[in-house]
Amino acid sequence: MNRLIADDVTIGYDQRVIAEKLSVEIPDNSFTVIVGPNACGKSTLLRALSRMLKPSAGRVLLDGQTIQSLPAKQVARTLGLLPQSSIAPDGITVGDLVARGRYPHQGLLRQWSKEDERIVRESMESTGVAELGDRYVDELSGGQRQRVWIAMALAQQTPLLLLDEPTTFLDIQHQIDVLDLCADLHEEQGRTLVAVLHDLNHAARYATHLIALRDGKVLAEGAPGEIVTAELVAETFGIKCQVIDDPETGTPLVVPAARKARVGA
Amino acid sequence: MKAIRTRGGVSVRLDVRTAVVVVTLVLAALVASVVLIGTGDFDIPTADVIRTLLGNGDPGQEFIINDLRLPRVVVGLLVGASLGLAGALFQSISRNPLGSPDVLGIGQGSTAGALLMIVVFSGSANQVAGAALVGGLVTGAAMYLLSWRGGVHGYRLVLVGIGMNALAVAINGYLMTKADFVDAARAVVWMTGSLNGRDWDQVWPLLTLCAVLLPAVVMHARPLRMLEMGDDTAYSLGAPVERTRVVLMGAAVLLTAAATAAAGPVSFVALTAPQLARRLTRSPGPNLVPAMCMGATLLIVADWASQRAFGADQLPVGVVTGVLGGVYLLWLLVTERRAGRI
Repeated sequence: MNRLIADDVTIGYDQRVIAEKLSVEIPDNSFTVIVGPNACGKSTLLRALSRMLKPSAGRVLLDGQTIQSLPAKQVARTLGLLPQSSIAPDGITVGDLVARGRYPHQGLLRQWSKEDERIVRESMESTGVAELGDRYVDELSGGQRQRVWIAMALAQQTPLLLLDEPTTFLDIQHQIDVLDLCADLHEEQGRTLVAVLHDLNHAARYATHLIALRDGKVLAEGAPGEIVTAELVAETFGIKCQVIDDPETGTPLVVPAARKARVGA
Repeated sequence: MKAIRTRGGVSVRLDVRTAVVVVTLVLAALVASVVLIGTGDFDIPTADVIRTLLGNGDPGQEFIINDLRLPRVVVGLLVGASLGLAGALFQSISRNPLGSPDVLGIGQGSTAGALLMIVVFSGSANQVAGAALVGGLVTGAAMYLLSWRGGVHGYRLVLVGIGMNALAVAINGYLMTKADFVDAARAVVWMTGSLNGRDWDQVWPLLTLCAVLLPAVVMHARPLRMLEMGDDTAYSLGAPVERTRVVLMGAAVLLTAAATAAAGPVSFVALTAPQLARRLTRSPGPNLVPAMCMGATLLIVADWASQRAFGADQLPVGVVTGVLGGVYLLWLLVTERRAGRI
């Protein structure tokens, strides 16, 4: 059985239901990417998977147990989430911020062990922010800042890491940069990653497991090479396109149809 | 940042700069207290003050110091510390430097309670203090309930607080127009915030409250640091988000209301002390203990200034904290703005 499963969950905010009876399994050791149009429920699903949103029906299982029944810190040692928006406290340095990722491993009498120190250093090294340690977070560029937040999530040392649109607001260079970093975390450190991405081509390139979502329903899931077709893109996003082989990686590359072709259709 | 570790796996984090700031502030508060005790209609030399405080003074000075001036100073220290701590808590929870209890209407709520007791019931000093406490608590509870929508968020908290403040100000204005001359004069003195005539009766409740609340606050200081990064991040780090907020807001409201009950709504300490403290420590995070020490020091120095500058009992301490705090905050904002940081 996989470690993280949404079992028949109904999720939403207040009275508004976003997804009903949705079941999703995150394959262990995968780099799973969730794609879908705006408001399809992908971020909501991620919130439910990370315990932040309680399903009104059904349950989210972490290691076979309902996630809400587990102690908060225990969940935080197994599953990390990089939310869409985080606030860097005024005047905090990179080193201090990354160190806060150790919170679930600490207590009143265990505030800063040698292990904490080592893991924070390693997290900063593997995200390439080690030399920024004494810099203030608010002085950094968007791309650097995102790396710092990822470093904080890494310091949490969770085998499962969920990322909610980690590339939004970044230019193309930094988008690739962040995705490469994610691929490293997946391949070299053997973590299970779940990310919500907007760019289908990025998703197809980096994901080992892709979930296409629309109106709170899973339309298809599987390896990108097997499921990304012109029909699926049309069904998911309502746009006509061609799917060709990516000349660089051989993964599916989605090319939207020209305006005239779409209008003519 | 230094870590102290024992072989048993216990490790404690210590920021050296913060520790130095705290020690310095505590010393400053103590020195100011001794000076303040020696100040008044009848000046007492510092050496005599210290000797008397240690229990070897002559009976005449002992009466003036132990029964008249010491309780006033202790109330001042406690009120300042409570306001500083409450301010740091509120500013951290609302993630807004303006989200301090005097802006959010807790002080005005306490004032409404006190005025009601003074004007309508002509209550005794203790009854007024009790009513102020109740007024602050009611305001705090109403604020929490009104800003609750599946969790309390910083901005809504500040806006609701400002609304509550306006409401309380209106009520207070109405009560003042209904007051006769004697009650109105008493109310005005109370509203400015003053330490005049405070005795041991005000010390004990405040001291007990601080002794109970401080451990509760310390227990939640670490999750509070996580909360500063936003609810989502705090949640994903496993911090008990809503419990931390409820406990700490409750503690902050109690501290503010109790301080206001003891000394009236002393303005600006809760707003400025945390800001000044964080400038000194240069450390992110709520800076709870430094803010507390800063509040105590600030209030005692202000009380000394209010007596020294204008003669004994001429000026309520609230006027001085308002002026000192306001000017210093403005100065800070102007200079920091130039430096490019808000």
